Amino acid sequence: MTETKILTKYRGEKDSHTIAHYKSKGGYEAAKKALTSMTSDQLIDEIKKSGLRGRGGAGFPTGMKWSFIDKKNPKPKYLVCNADEGEPGTFKDRILLEELPHQMVEGMIIAAKAIDAHHAYIYIRGEYTLSIERVQAAVDEAYAAGLLGKNILGSGYDLEMALYQGAGAYICGEETALINSLEGRRGHPRLKPPFPAVAGLYGCPTVVNNVETFSAVTHIIQNGSEWYAKMGTAKSTGTRLFSVSGPVKKPGVYEITLGTPLMVLINELCGGMKDGKTLRGIIPGGSSVPILTAKECETANMDFESMADHKTMLGSGAVIVLSEDNDIVESTFRLAEFYAHESCGQCTPCREGTHWVAGLLHKIKDGHGSQKDLDLILSLTVNMEGGTTICPLADACVGAVRPTIQKFRSEFESRLQKENKHVA
Amino acid sequence: MSYKFSDTSEKRFQKLQTMFPDKRSLILPTLYLVQTDLGFVDSENMKYIADRIGSPIELSHVYGVATFYTMYNKKPVGKYHIQICENISCYIMGNDDITNHLCKKFSIKKGETTPDKKFTVTGVQCLGACGYAPMMQINEKYHENLTLEEVDKIINSLE
Repeated sequence: MTETKILTKYRGEKDSHTIAHYKSKGGYEAAKKALTSMTSDQLIDEIKKSGLRGRGGAGFPTGMKWSFIDKKNPKPKYLVCNADEGEPGTFKDRILLEELPHQMVEGMIIAAKAIDAHHAYIYIRGEYTLSIERVQAAVDEAYAAGLLGKNILGSGYDLEMALYQGAGAYICGEETALINSLEGRRGHPRLKPPFPAVAGLYGCPTVVNNVETFSAVTHIIQNGSEWYAKMGTAKSTGTRLFSVSGPVKKPGVYEITLGTPLMVLINELCGGMKDGKTLRGIIPGGSSVPILTAKECETANMDFESMADHKTMLGSGAVIVLSEDNDIVESTFRLAEFYAHESCGQCTPCREGTHWVAGLLHKIKDGHGSQKDLDLILSLTVNMEGGTTICPLADACVGAVRPTIQKFRSEFESRLQKENKHVA
Repeated sequence: MSYKFSDTSEKRFQKLQTMFPDKRSLILPTLYLVQTDLGFVDSENMKYIADRIGSPIELSHVYGVATFYTMYNKKPVGKYHIQICENISCYIMGNDDITNHLCKKFSIKKGETTPDKKFTVTGVQCLGACGYAPMMQINEKYHENLTLEEVDKIINSLE
């Protein structure tokens, strides 16, 4: 099995990040087509027909998201690119930003036309300095080539595009927190409704999409929705970038059609487990999604439906592999600690819950915990999920912790204090 | 004595003022300008930021933002700020060994700066280099697929 390289076709080629290279491969033809020969309704329709679903984490249908923008609303419309990649295990957008930024810029031009936006921002996580440098250069090149600014390619369409550097807050990957951050506020998610399509950035209709989503848009407009929808499964169309980490022979980013079996990705593309180690489990979609045991991995396919059948999610496309050598208890603690650190503090179940879960896991991993502590974690998590909070960060913490305790309970129990003298 | 933007930051600030419809959006990028100039931000230069952005932005707005985001250093860090990811993928690939190695080498604890103000070692969350662990970030540069020997080599090459 090989990769299906659509977005990553020119990855690794010299100067792949420059406009000269991009144009030599037919770059910006899709934007030209969108601006000069397609209406915004046609663009939205084409993306709807392609079946493209958001590549950030939630998997919401992109065309439908765009269609929520009311064009009759007299306020300016804003387009925002979410390049705040921060879900632990995820590093796929980094490749697109560093090596192939122009297809994303082109996708944004197309999307702007589709929702009638004349202002676009790219929100990039602060640590990604090379990405920031490369995307800024790409935007500057696009301006110089008349692909951004006033009257793009003589089409009469104007679009201004600017970068915005995040500052180290995972929560800003949540779209309403990102909007608050862009407005110069603390990254607190907003209560919905109103959704960003109605009142987003500066109170105006706003669409926020992921880097990979915009990059895919370019290819869909270029080659047509039928071509795209033929790849993948009926409900999970196209290709997707998966970032694989952990003890496999060849970790890295792989672009494959949705529906590919998980173990084909691991064994054939990543070369299998490193040093002949045995697989323990895989977190298939970024740290927030429930772990799969080695046995469950055998039947899981990398598409939205198969993941739902296995009671987990495709999330951000981050595949974290754990071997027999890896300490599941310590790993789970690290994740819980992460959510405790990144909770914005607005909602009590999240602010308190994540810290309690992390604290109890700390106690257990150090050998001071009891059965009661383990059960307390499980009962706490019930109050942290299912809409008790503004955003899904608390749910993410639950997803990272509870299924792991349930599936690997004996491992946690083996770490409990031998004599329960100091039961909490 | 009191801080003023460097020439580069002043120019950048002028440009930033044209980019957003609301002044408030200037807070995050302006904090970065100060951090680039000084290496950190404190309440004195946060007041400067608030004054430069102007009403209705007050010190409290700037302070609120600066303390929410981890990338703003609220106190000075060493000349080389070494950040090591402690999250799951880096943990399972042995990033803790780098942290322990460096803390021992510098005789400091995680989060501290060497007395000569040359190195600060900080444990951080996911840096998006999960497939290339073990890794560390020194100032803005990522160093990936490391061994302890390579860590030593990199550190020894820093002046």
